[in-house]
Amino acid sequence: MIELNFHKKLLGAEGEMLLKIELNIQKGALITLYGPSGAGKTSCLRILSGLLKPDRGSIKVHDTYWFDSDQKINRSPQERATGMVFQDYALFPNMTVRENLEFALRKGQTKNIIEDLIEVVELGDLQNRNPETLSGGQKQRVAFARALVQKPEILLLDEPLAALDVKIRLKLQSYIYKVHKEFGLTTILISHDIGEIVKLSDQVVVLEHGKIVKKGSPQEIFINKHLSGKFQFTGEVIAIDKEEVVYIVTVLIHNSIIKVVADSSEIKDLNPGDKVVVASKAFNPILYKIE
Amino acid sequence: MIEWGPLLLTFELALVTTVVLLFISIPLAYWLSKTKSRFKPVLETLVSMPLVLPPTVLGFYFLVAFSPGNAFGNWLNNWLGIQLVFSFGGLVVASVIYSLPFMVQPIQAGLSALPASLPEAASILGKSKITTLFKVLLPNIKKSLLTGIVLAFAHTIGEFGVVLMIGGNIPGKTRVASIAIYDEVEALNYEAANFYSLTLFAITFIILLIVYLVNGGYLKRFWK
Repeated sequence: MIELNFHKKLLGAEGEMLLKIELNIQKGALITLYGPSGAGKTSCLRILSGLLKPDRGSIKVHDTYWFDSDQKINRSPQERATGMVFQDYALFPNMTVRENLEFALRKGQTKNIIEDLIEVVELGDLQNRNPETLSGGQKQRVAFARALVQKPEILLLDEPLAALDVKIRLKLQSYIYKVHKEFGLTTILISHDIGEIVKLSDQVVVLEHGKIVKKGSPQEIFINKHLSGKFQFTGEVIAIDKEEVVYIVTVLIHNSIIKVVADSSEIKDLNPGDKVVVASKAFNPILYKIE
Repeated sequence: MIEWGPLLLTFELALVTTVVLLFISIPLAYWLSKTKSRFKPVLETLVSMPLVLPPTVLGFYFLVAFSPGNAFGNWLNNWLGIQLVFSFGGLVVASVIYSLPFMVQPIQAGLSALPASLPEAASILGKSKITTLFKVLLPNIKKSLLTGIVLAFAHTIGEFGVVLMIGGNIPGKTRVASIAIYDEVEALNYEAANFYSLTLFAITFIILLIVYLVNGGYLKRFWK
């Protein structure tokens, strides 16, 4: 169990903001921090990893205090068992892929884990390349593997997939899920992609202006209406067009665009850019094999 | 008659100065690139002073400070047995301070330009600051290091006023090439002056050319 209870004044784009977090995370859970940019998500990860010091409060991980302002405990990042994947990956440009992973080894740690990780994230062919010659998705995999070398207790992922295209994204999502389970990690993910969140996480914590405004399962958070439909996808409204008596809503779901017929009451609160759930029931889906 | 002495002394001084500067500048530049201290601007100003002050000003104060007739110079002389005025050691100390900005500024700029996530990632991986500095930060600012080393070296070769003030013109001890040129011209010995000048010109040209070739990536293209 990870018990977070801290606050910190942050200087954001919109002036001063108080980040106030009270949250318990079960061991082995994969939770997502969700919310507008500037809400304090990245700061939460930085506080947890020790890069940023809260003003007051405590961080307790499996009965050990990592931070406690009353007892004046503040473990340095070096003394906290976290792994972090940075938004810019932070791969060391002066080292090859393999050297990046080897650099992460603890003193006296055997190299076996590196072979395992290279295999898990399929870096075998890339291990002697320099990071700057890699594509975004490849860099991402290296950063991910490097964060796991020391077998951290908590894995922190700061929008790890935001810059990648859909196909690689889907593949990496499955890596994250696989490794999270295999290594028995507690993972905290920052993501804006509702599809990704629904797929990966056990719990979603919604942050706004430094406060937790909602938390629950992805279904509870994003899909307010309980639907009995067998099919549901989340997507983004691209356009709403009026056609005679009905409206045609164009929705982007992953990388496919679909059109949905809606009446005027349904589109009342709908604007382009809104996240929506497209659900359907009472028809027989047909499967075609494509690959 | 042409002597090689002044030229050799010039390069010996430049080499020693550069090595000493490297040891001083790396920690100093690292501290300056990281600190949020109120004293940072003051220290930065002090480091940059030799860029704007006439070298004679520095030389004059070194002369006063190091002279055995003075408390500090006297202390150095009595307790450490070092006499810095009119000695090679004095030249090194003066040159180190005189060339300090040329070494510190490129290294500091290089370190500041590295993404903050690099040292942060290393600290999360449990690496100490020293390990991070030597294994991650410095290897990624090789160009800045090379620029600093070469500028400090070349600047020391070109030094005149400071050396003249504190070193004087003692053959084999403090008579570096720049002083020798002045001396030969005064003696109307233009041939020797021309020899020293041309040698300095050629060598500094080559050194600087190498820096621009390496940092501009021209050599890599050539080898390919």
